[in-house]
Amino acid sequence: MHLGLILPELTLLVFAIAVILVDLVTQKKEVLVWVSLFGIVISAGFTLGMWGWGSYAIFNNQMAVDSFAIFFKLLFLGIAALVILASVDYTAKFANFRGEYHALVLLAALGMMLMAATTSLISIYIAIELTSISLYILVGLLKDAKSTEASLKYLLLGAVASAVMLYGMALVFGFTGEVGLGEIARVVQGMSLATLLASPAFMVGIVLMIAGFGFKMAAIPFHMWVPDVYEGAPTPITAYLSVASKAAGFALVLRVFYSAFGFPDWLSLNWGIIFAVLSAIGMTVGNVAAIPQTNIKRMLGYSSVAQAGYLLVGVATVGLSAAADVVGRSSVLFFLASYALTNMGAFIAIIAISDKLKSDQISDYSGMGKRAPLLALGLTLCLISLIGMPPAAGFMAKFYIFSGAVQHGLLWLVIIAVINSVISAYYYLRVVKVMWLGEPASAEKVPSSGALKLALALSCFGVLLLGILPGIVMRLAEIAAKMFGF
Amino acid sequence: MLVGLEHYLILSTILFAIGLYGALSKRNAIVILMSIEIMLVAVSIALVAFSRYIVPLALTGQVFVIFIMVVAAAEAAVGLAIIIAIYRGYETIDATKINLMKW
Repeated sequence: MHLGLILPELTLLVFAIAVILVDLVTQKKEVLVWVSLFGIVISAGFTLGMWGWGSYAIFNNQMAVDSFAIFFKLLFLGIAALVILASVDYTAKFANFRGEYHALVLLAALGMMLMAATTSLISIYIAIELTSISLYILVGLLKDAKSTEASLKYLLLGAVASAVMLYGMALVFGFTGEVGLGEIARVVQGMSLATLLASPAFMVGIVLMIAGFGFKMAAIPFHMWVPDVYEGAPTPITAYLSVASKAAGFALVLRVFYSAFGFPDWLSLNWGIIFAVLSAIGMTVGNVAAIPQTNIKRMLGYSSVAQAGYLLVGVATVGLSAAADVVGRSSVLFFLASYALTNMGAFIAIIAISDKLKSDQISDYSGMGKRAPLLALGLTLCLISLIGMPPAAGFMAKFYIFSGAVQHGLLWLVIIAVINSVISAYYYLRVVKVMWLGEPASAEKVPSSGALKLALALSCFGVLLLGILPGIVMRLAEIAAKMFGF
Repeated sequence: MLVGLEHYLILSTILFAIGLYGALSKRNAIVILMSIEIMLVAVSIALVAFSRYIVPLALTGQVFVIFIMVVAAAEAAVGLAIIIAIYRGYETIDATKINLMKW
């Protein structure tokens, strides 16, 4: 047995159950926040302790414990902690369900940690569903019309996407006779192009699996759920969806496509080109659709579709570089870390402002620079980082990903991406302009609680740190990308 | 007639297509959920058939199907709960009328 190696996951599970039990016996619901944060800290401690141990395949090759998984586990735990901090006040909207809320946030984090670590089609499916089902419930937790509608749309589209992905998995299983990623890779490596052309089922299987993963990544053309679900869901959960769930999808895509379909070269070239095309369409559609939006959550929804497009530039680079170097993989990891901090920060500021204004309309943010200067400053920093301007993290992230892509012959894609960054500046800066130059609707200050301020300060600190000293995280990302054990 | 792998795969493909058509075209949310279940059943048939004919000594496909059944049950439970919440708010489960937000 390898129970020692899944201590981080076990800890989260135990604390998720503990939260529900504590909820039954206590009247002071603030305790729940502390219990869940405590669980996350302990789990992160165990995870950190495993950094640098090397790679292990555990549970009959169902899971891997390697630096790649550990990098993502730490990222998800950090995001979950920020989400819990940011929802301290927000949970008053569903006061009866605080226990369930915190337990489900922890369970979703557990699912995402498993998504980063799984190395077999069966465990991938289970990890995806553990994450998804927890998130379906969280999205509908507000129980008003918009929230339940968002939840239903998310569930129906998510279930269809996972059924399609399963069909792809069935085809890949039928073609290779294996479910483990490593075993699949061994079977595929022995095949010639002629064998493959005689049986297109394998290629169809790969494309159908991209459909399922694309849904989690919120990449084109599987993004239809994004704007509606982002608008309807409780704002902390919108943040969680846009950051953690997307990062988990990318972790999965990197591991599956690199370790199962990474060789021979013509195969990785094939999916590299598929991702490059998806990326070009995704960036353009996301950015153009974001321009006319008036609801800030909807706008950030389309923006996250566009950011998925930038990330796919990195995934395409991984395919085209044919596993020769780690540049592609490590720059995707760095982009995900920077995007996570940036989007988290933006959403925390939105939670603080919108909760007091009772509105998500961009026009109501008018004059926020005078009413809540610190929140407005944080939001401005995060929006600048989303555009990709120095000194924020987004600049370095885009720099790494684009320079890697240029080295591997994706100049055309980088040109599209840069044009898109310029388009995106318009709608991000419009919010900044409204906040600092617009007339305040009233002179009343917008106060915010200590937990929100702490969460926003942590995110902004991270954004600046990654922007000014990118070397530290980049080195971690390189180690993580190298230690792709299986 | 000898029933071979291809017969099972044809059955599975037809079922999958019926399920996908139903999920994309039906208006009643419960019928959409049922269509999704048909898609999962189609996948299960394909997995078991592959397992029996490609790797007859291993039970990988069968084990996969058991996991799919368990997860599908959990998903259906959550789905029906959400549909009840929808019905309380909208007094309808017609997917075309649940359109407070533009698609």
